[in-house]
Amino acid sequence: MQSLEQIKVRIEQAVPGACVVIVANDALPTQSSLLLDHRHAVDVARFLRDDPELCFDYASNVTGVDRPESIIKEKVRVKKMVDGAECLIEEVSERKTRAYLEAVYHLYSMKLKHGPLIIRLQTENREEKTHLPSLTPVWRSCEFQEREAFDLFGILFDGHPDLRRILMWDGFKDFPMRKDYVDPDDYEYEPTPHDEVLERAKQHYKPEVQS
Amino acid sequence: MEITPSENNSVMDEALRSELSKQGVFTTSLQELYNWGRKNSLWPLQFGLACCAIEMIAASMARFDISRFGAEVFRPSPRQADLMIVAGTVTKKMAPQVVRLYNQMPEPKYVIAMGACAISGGPFKQGYNVLKGIDRFLPVDVHIPGCPPRPEALLDALMALQKKIEQQSLTGVTRPRHLTEDARSEFPIPEFGEHDLVPSKNPELWFPPTPMKKP
Repeated sequence: MQSLEQIKVRIEQAVPGACVVIVANDALPTQSSLLLDHRHAVDVARFLRDDPELCFDYASNVTGVDRPESIIKEKVRVKKMVDGAECLIEEVSERKTRAYLEAVYHLYSMKLKHGPLIIRLQTENREEKTHLPSLTPVWRSCEFQEREAFDLFGILFDGHPDLRRILMWDGFKDFPMRKDYVDPDDYEYEPTPHDEVLERAKQHYKPEVQS
Repeated sequence: MEITPSENNSVMDEALRSELSKQGVFTTSLQELYNWGRKNSLWPLQFGLACCAIEMIAASMARFDISRFGAEVFRPSPRQADLMIVAGTVTKKMAPQVVRLYNQMPEPKYVIAMGACAISGGPFKQGYNVLKGIDRFLPVDVHIPGCPPRPEALLDALMALQKKIEQQSLTGVTRPRHLTEDARSEFPIPEFGEHDLVPSKNPELWFPPTPMKKP
């Protein structure tokens, strides 16, 4: 399989105007991925599928990811003049990350036996602009998995042929896999509660469960 | 189940009865005959919800052979079944259908909750999508712990249910539900709500457990 840089260059040649960003992955498997823009995502996907050298004919997996807003603290050592002498002072800088939802696609080629190529699509935010282009017209296997991402994360896939809830019932209003989901409070007594369950136990049975 | 002797049954002296049976004279009462028939032809409803169903199927096959207890006739229709074996995880999406199936069974009917999921939600108890025990909506006769319980455990539960049936007297306050005229045989089916099942439990049937006191 060609490297991600090569694939990126070829996409930009084949689909004019497409904006492709390589998202680095520092974790052990080092599977970096390609971040696509909404406008050209379907064209890029079609190119990845139809190009004879890439030929990604199989989308094995579609996952939703929830990225809520978080504050990252970084310690930076800065040289400063204090009382005429130069010394190192640690400064803590804070930065907020953007809140968004993400859909991750894992692509393989059955014909050329290579893969996976990971592509990502990110929504603008988590609240109202949660639209993404659907890749179901390109890979039919995305249909149910995009429905699942819609069901559990609330990502709205534009162009999906049948976007309904698939695991939860139709009248359900929440998106249970989001980080800020609060599940219905039907706690019942457990003899050995721990962690979050212990917190709930304290709320429900105040003096008895303390250990 | 607690048995309280009533005036109507077992009028015959036990010693006389054993003496008669030694002489080849078999005596019985209508109650014994009735219970004997009931307990030895428990026809289960043929449905499974998760991996416990595999153990239930194993129990019905030759190696464990549930037909030794007269319960091998798995019926695909609730109208012909006496026993509901809730074998597996009851998700909130599935719970109304399980209750509806129970309501469609004719009296007398019994429920065995098989496995950790069916009795309490099991490993999925803290999840958002699994019912925390079918006893929130149905009157369960026998609970089987285990994940999944072995077929022997299911057979043991069946024997426990048979003992329970055998000890029921047909008259008096402890008579079975189907012999009580005003007893209800149907239970309300929960609706799909916006966040959870509505209601999330049957308050007439299920009460939250009280905490154990520390020794």
